[in-house]
Amino acid sequence: MGKLTIGCFSSLVGSMSLDFAVKLAGAALDKGHKVDFWVSGNGTMLSIKDQRSFKDYSSLEKPIKELIAKGLSITACEACAEARGYNKGITMEGFKRHSMDWYLASTFDADRVLHIGGE
Amino acid sequence: MATTKLGFVVQRPPYKSENPKLALTHAIASQSVEVYLKDGDIVTAEVAFVGDGVLNCLKDQKATEHYDISSTESHIKMSLLVDVKVLVCKEDLAKFGLSEDDIVMDAEEFGADMTVSVVPFQEINKMMEDVNHLLFF
Repeated sequence: MGKLTIGCFSSLVGSMSLDFAVKLAGAALDKGHKVDFWVSGNGTMLSIKDQRSFKDYSSLEKPIKELIAKGLSITACEACAEARGYNKGITMEGFKRHSMDWYLASTFDADRVLHIGGE
Repeated sequence: MATTKLGFVVQRPPYKSENPKLALTHAIASQSVEVYLKDGDIVTAEVAFVGDGVLNCLKDQKATEHYDISSTESHIKMSLLVDVKVLVCKEDLAKFGLSEDDIVMDAEEFGADMTVSVVPFQEINKMMEDVNHLLFF
C-alpha cells in the first residue's frame, strides 16, 4: 500500500475543496493507504473543535474524528492557525500543529502529493 | 541518503489571495525539513512564477506601508537567501510589458548568492518534469 500526502489551503466554509480532500483521504484510508493531511492558510479552520453543524454549511468535525480514529495523520500549520486566533486550546483532539517543514517532510516518502486549492 | 525535489508553481497575482506568499513560505521551510528526516535525506524546493504569478516579482512593493504586512518581494528575497531556486517565466513577463529591470532579481543586501532566473517557459516545463512532486499555488 502507498502513502498519500494531501495539502489543502481552502477554508472550511466558503469552499468545497476541504470537503473533497477529506472524502479523498477517507477513500484512501479505506483502501489501506497511509494518509498525511496538511492544512495551511484558511484551511486551518478545519482544526477548530466544537463546530456546530448546520445543513447549509460544510461541517467536517465528525468525519475528521472518524478518520483520525482510523489512522489519519492530520496537521495544521501552527503559524497560519495562530494568525487567525485558532489557538491550541480550541484545537480538535488528535489534530496536530506543526511548522510548514512538517508538510515538506511528509512529501519526502510520499508516493503521491496532492496539493488542493487555495482561495 | 535521498533527495525529494518539490516544484512550487505560482500562478496567482499578489495581494489578491494568500497563495503566492504561502508558496514562498513553504518553499523556505525546505531549509528546516531535516529535523523530521533521517541523516542525509533532504527535500529541495524550486519556485516558478508563471502567468499572473509573475506580478509577485515586481520590485519596490509597498505592502508594509499600505497593509502593514511583509511584502511578497521580501519573501522572494528570503527564498534567495536560503538558496531556493527562483524561476520567472520570460514570456509571461513580456506579456505584461515587464523585463528584468522591473522585478526583484537578487537579495544582495541580505548577502544572498542566489539570483532570480528569468527563463523561457520551456525551462520551467523542464523543472516541472524533473521534480518529484508539483504544488500549484
